Amino acid sequence: MTEFFSEYNYWVVIILMMSGFYIVISHQNLVKKLIGLNLFQISVFILFISMGYLEGGTAPIFSEEYTQYASPLPHVLILTAIVVGISTTALGLALVVRIHKAFGTMEENEITGMDEDT
Amino acid sequence: MIAHLPILQVVVPLLSAPVCVVLRRHNPVWVLVFLASWTAFFIAVLLLNAVSRAGEIHYVLGGWDPPWGIEYRLDVLSAYLLLIVTAIGAVVISFARESVIREISSDRIYLFYTAYLLNLAGLLGVITTGDVFNMFVFIEISSLSSYALISLGRDRLALLAAYRYLVLGTIGATFFLIGVGLLYVMTGTLNIVDLRARLTDVEHTRTIVTALAFLTVGISLKFALFPLHFWLPGAYTFAPSVVSVFLASTTTKVYIYVMLRFLYSVFNPAFVFDVISLDLVFLVCALLAIFSGSLNAIRQNDVKCMMAYSSIAQIGYMILGVSLVSVTGLLAGIIHLFNHALMKGALFMCLACVYYKTGSVRLGDLRGIGRRMPWTMAAFVVAGLSLVGIPLTVGFISKWYLVLAAIERDWWWLVAAVIAGSLLAVVYIWRVVETAYFRDSDDAKSPARAEVAEAPLSMLIPLWAMIAANLYFGIDTSLTIGLAEQAANYLLGAGP
Repeated sequence: MTEFFSEYNYWVVIILMMSGFYIVISHQNLVKKLIGLNLFQISVFILFISMGYLEGGTAPIFSEEYTQYASPLPHVLILTAIVVGISTTALGLALVVRIHKAFGTMEENEITGMDEDT
Repeated sequence: MIAHLPILQVVVPLLSAPVCVVLRRHNPVWVLVFLASWTAFFIAVLLLNAVSRAGEIHYVLGGWDPPWGIEYRLDVLSAYLLLIVTAIGAVVISFARESVIREISSDRIYLFYTAYLLNLAGLLGVITTGDVFNMFVFIEISSLSSYALISLGRDRLALLAAYRYLVLGTIGATFFLIGVGLLYVMTGTLNIVDLRARLTDVEHTRTIVTALAFLTVGISLKFALFPLHFWLPGAYTFAPSVVSVFLASTTTKVYIYVMLRFLYSVFNPAFVFDVISLDLVFLVCALLAIFSGSLNAIRQNDVKCMMAYSSIAQIGYMILGVSLVSVTGLLAGIIHLFNHALMKGALFMCLACVYYKTGSVRLGDLRGIGRRMPWTMAAFVVAGLSLVGIPLTVGFISKWYLVLAAIERDWWWLVAAVIAGSLLAVVYIWRVVETAYFRDSDDAKSPARAEVAEAPLSMLIPLWAMIAANLYFGIDTSLTIGLAEQAANYLLGAGP
């Protein structure tokens, strides 16, 4: 049981990931899909960040006071991944705006009924 | 200068992109993109030359030694992919000018070229980098720009296609990121060479197997392997014609390269294929892709959509080659990357010419087009024969090696399956050819259509250059087979 809770960060990641994934698949509203997609991405960010954590570790500072360092690399990677995530969301929302203008709705099931020629 | 070629390969298109936004006016922008694309092509030729002499090229970014810094690493396979992508890019841009003016509103043309350059830079970056996180970033650069490119299509369904591709593409890229994260947890490194060295101790742990699963699914989504292909038909059908040409002949190939890189250079192929039996999964998916793709292609009435489904089938052939896990099989897969880029590029270029003149690529509107656009449709016939795999075309070379690889394993049923797949291709290509040559258009009903003439020379010359390449590399295979064989031996033999 203790092992179950000691790795709780991974449980948080899995719960967030699956909720996000479920929203992407199940919802018809295009904006809600993007929110799900965001949740899905954020769970991966937490996966990276939590694995970079070291109990009692500090930033890698060259000083005699500190002996335990946590690797800063996962955090740096996630900074980049966050930027990528923001761009994706921005582009996705821009597309939804255009879709709403062109079709007059943001519900996917209503849109697919409109141009069923292919 | 020569030493810096690996980084220039990526930086030239990447830095030209923002310049396009500054220039804005169509002519200067086109000249810049034209020069950048051809420069990229010449750099790729020089790199291929250097790689065939030196074997491998390493380039250390910013003087930070690997595995701490990012390293760009080129071997035969990556140099070969660079050649495919940049050659297609250079031809497409020479071809694009008129078609883009016709299909994209004039205030957005410079944005189109910007997104195109970013896409090119992203794809080239994916190929050159030797760092898996850097690869993720480049994957996202090329993907984001391709969503924007697709959304420029005229039909409002292009927006929906771009949105769906964005959602699935992001899920694929995030799966890739999860896989990279799990690899990092176990090894503490992101450098491909270093990963391989450190993975040997831990490769049987559940974490690494999970990482492999996430990476395989994520990358397969990106190259549209059979059950994960739903984004592809819409994206190729509704994108502007030029975008379809470029995406169909480059993107999927680059992601198959990424897959090969992970299967052979990051993981140990013996582990992937013998212990996990990933080859079996690939074999089943590839066969399903070939038949479902071809059968769906036969049903389509929009020729672009037909070619998109045909692409799904052709991706099946590439993965089929990989799944055979032999030098000949891998060779067939790798050579088909190049050959399929040539034939599908040519086919989509024909459709771009037809769309340029008639504003439609629906089968019903193509009646009698063979007589009004003789050069374009003749090109379509040759490229179609190449797709089917008739001797003297590149398509034959791919099928030939695939069949050889199947015979090597004594799998005669697979030979039959490959031939059956080709026959299905005959059916859908014939549907187009029959409509174009043997059905009369209703000239009385639509007098405007009767005046349709041939596409402009600026489009026909690149198209026929592509057709010439289809024939040339179908006859003189020393260059392509030589490279693909080196790459296959390299992957199966020496490892990273």
